[in-house]
Amino acid sequence: MKQFEALTRKGDTQPVRYLIVDDSVFARKSLARLIESFGGELAGEASDGLSAIAEYARIKPDLVLMDITMPQMEGIEAVERIVQEHPEARIVMVSSVGYQDNILAALQKGARHFVQKPVKPDALYEIIRYVLNDDSVTAPAHAGRSSQ
Amino acid sequence: MRMDLIQPFIGSLDAVLAEMMHAPAKIADLEMEEDGYRRKGTAAVVSFKGQIEGRIILDMDPAAAAYVAGLLAGAEVDPAEPIVSEAVCELANMVIGNAVTQLNDRGFQFKVLPPSVLTEEQCARAGQDSEATILRFETPQGIVHLNIAMHYLARRNREHSPVAVS
Repeated sequence: MKQFEALTRKGDTQPVRYLIVDDSVFARKSLARLIESFGGELAGEASDGLSAIAEYARIKPDLVLMDITMPQMEGIEAVERIVQEHPEARIVMVSSVGYQDNILAALQKGARHFVQKPVKPDALYEIIRYVLNDDSVTAPAHAGRSSQ
Repeated sequence: MRMDLIQPFIGSLDAVLAEMMHAPAKIADLEMEEDGYRRKGTAAVVSFKGQIEGRIILDMDPAAAAYVAGLLAGAEVDPAEPIVSEAVCELANMVIGNAVTQLNDRGFQFKVLPPSVLTEEQCARAGQDSEATILRFETPQGIVHLNIAMHYLARRNREHSPVAVS
């Protein structure tokens, strides 16, 4: 797998800590491999929205990669709940379902960006770099969708 | 079944396989099926609900499924390993998700449910609810079947029915 220049937070040299939220073990493994190639550290995993809320509060990751369609609680509702409690949360939606209503709902609830599966490593890398350097606290108006 | 609704699934499978397997998929055959579905390899089912309801089965030759699993896992995978089923579920999720995205952007509203591994019981039921269109794709790693069964809800039909003017 291609190795990327390590991503860092602004003014910090420590590895970026990620929380991956996806009901598919396989998707979580694939994303974990990608963030490793970005020089990041897997701080935690969750398989549904409810667990994601608890995990976020417990590990306070630098960035969350969040699926939308999941059992128990879907990703968009989890984003809303996490951002209500932690307005500084940086969440990127990673989903195969990328229609406008879904993207708008996610961004309105506080997600910073949207990536459609199958994920292209270069595209995800650029989006994460952008989101890590974006200092706006609430959902940015210029956040958007990256489809392949 | 309307071809304009099936086309996004064909395009999506082609695009996702090309991205994941680094090879094009060629349609080899298309058939209609009314009886229970007979699984060909490792299969996942994804249901959707809304203005169009139905389900899609992605069914892959064991070798093709193991190849995709290996690519995603970054290591060679035995076709019998459970991770292969997981990989097919994730691939089905991508194919259906991308197609549904196109259909939603064209005005059809529906929701996709999480994928699951296709069981024998689901296979038996698969042909009972509605007629299915089965597409057979050839890839360098093996055959991939896409079994599509969907129907419209009355609300959508009424919306598109001609309005009588007195």
